[in-house]
Amino acid sequence: MNWRRIPASAWLGLVLTFAFIFVAVFAPWVAPYGLNETVTDVWAPPSAEYWLGGDNLGRDLLSRMIYGARTTMLIAALASALAFLSGSVLGFLAAVAGGWLDQGLSRLVDLIMAIPSLILALVVLSVVPADVGTLILVMGLVESTRVFRLARAVAVDIGVMDFVEASRLRGEGTRWIIFREILPNALSPLVAEFGLRFIFAVLFLSSLSFLGLGVQPPAADWGGMVRENKDGIVFGIGAALYPAGAIAVLAISVNLVADWILNRTTDLKGGRSG
Amino acid sequence: MGLLLRLVLQRIAMGLLLLLAVSVMIFAATQILPGDVAQAILGQSATPEALANKRAELGLDQPAVTRYFAWLGGMLQGDLGTALSNGQDIATSLGKRLGNTLFLAAVAAVIAVPLAILLGLVAVRYRGRWPDKLISAVTLASISLPEFFIGYVLIFFVGVQLQWLPSVSTVYDTMGFWERLEAVALPAITLTLVVLAHMMRMTRAAILNVMQSAYIETAELKGLRAFTIIRKHAFPNAIAPIVNVVMINLAYLVVGVVVVEVIFVYPGMGQYLVDHVSKRDVPVVQACGLIFAAVYIGLNMIADVVAIISNPRLRHPK
Repeated sequence: MNWRRIPASAWLGLVLTFAFIFVAVFAPWVAPYGLNETVTDVWAPPSAEYWLGGDNLGRDLLSRMIYGARTTMLIAALASALAFLSGSVLGFLAAVAGGWLDQGLSRLVDLIMAIPSLILALVVLSVVPADVGTLILVMGLVESTRVFRLARAVAVDIGVMDFVEASRLRGEGTRWIIFREILPNALSPLVAEFGLRFIFAVLFLSSLSFLGLGVQPPAADWGGMVRENKDGIVFGIGAALYPAGAIAVLAISVNLVADWILNRTTDLKGGRSG
Repeated sequence: MGLLLRLVLQRIAMGLLLLLAVSVMIFAATQILPGDVAQAILGQSATPEALANKRAELGLDQPAVTRYFAWLGGMLQGDLGTALSNGQDIATSLGKRLGNTLFLAAVAAVIAVPLAILLGLVAVRYRGRWPDKLISAVTLASISLPEFFIGYVLIFFVGVQLQWLPSVSTVYDTMGFWERLEAVALPAITLTLVVLAHMMRMTRAAILNVMQSAYIETAELKGLRAFTIIRKHAFPNAIAPIVNVVMINLAYLVVGVVVVEVIFVYPGMGQYLVDHVSKRDVPVVQACGLIFAAVYIGLNMIADVVAIISNPRLRHPK
């Protein structure tokens, strides 16, 4: 891989994405104050000591945002991972097995996708307790329908190729065909899709938390922090804008990287090796 | 005409079937927990007798299938049941809010649709040059922005610092049309920004697709001006895909309304739904969920029907 062939926009995306991941992983060492430590005044203005000022309870906003990065990104990553595992395995299986299994799964996915995902999540969250486990489960399963469609479409394309036919004639089982023949060839579109799904999960989780139905206080996540500080906005206090902006910057960064991977893989299809 | 009519009717029947299946799913999704509504109302410390009485009162001692059909039957007759949290009739509380939500969505659509199509045309006209690149960059950014970021930035700068528009959308019955329009201005702009990028990107793709056909090349070789080609040759053929794009995005807008209403404290259906999810008021959530899903499915169905009708191959069967 040639480093200089990476465009500037992708560099920006990569650097920012890794910065976010670094901050999230090392949150307790990076954050200047504790998560629930009341250290300053309510909605204190930004100062040298408290770079982004205080939040609605006088906690350091920057520290909470750093811990929030951890919560938001971890839950979103786990939800996307769940969506990917279930969606791609079932998608490949549907494509390889065909017949009633394919029909049944595809129609079920059509049905779930006929309901807007936020509305479906709200309906489910009205009866189940809102803890982190259920959030990951609900978000992951709602998201997995999109992955299923993509994985199935890609696998159907690959499934008619000669080398898959050859392995079928050789007598390989379904599992071999999925993991040894289809998966390696379907990896690059799926990796780019993972980035987009991750962002979608971040936005989805933030929306839920913003509505008060996601991560529950006192834990910090970005959407919830917007909710906590939103009452300051009408008084001209911009504390809620920082976590909202952090979501936006993270989303743009990952999008830039995913865009570049997608373009790169289409380049590869044109016969050039990167 | 026979073929066309049959296809349209088939699509509508499909939509209704889908809606029925969705109603089953929404009902089933609220039944997945072992604990039930009676437990939620009375709390953990309720005696078994009290629970049994409450269940009988609410009809929860009936099997789920019976309750589903009772619920569906009520829905079809406009009886949405009563809210658990305050005992009020859901249909009465919903009626006005549904009107508010549709008003907000309609205002946003009136701004967003022409703007998106115009910008899409501009992007195609200047494909690969700076207007196109600028539009794609802004698109990428705005797809990444959460609704509440756009909403609060607008409130902070336009509503609070500049004081141009009200930052909280209070509406009441005696309000005139223009007052009401001013009240929903900021949420409508937010919604517009949320769907604009998607709509524009898809419009661009739809027109570009048409632009690659042979008759466009002929028009170019005839020496027609670029905008004339787009207006007279490309656009009529791109109508079906564009209507499709518009409908899909309107469906998306109806969902985006949920978060935007909460941001601007707008008394619409979205806020009603969110309030009652946290109160675990299942009948309200079911009713709102079904209405949202119905609007969503309805708009998608209209998109498909328009696509069928505007397809010239189907209009003039051989």
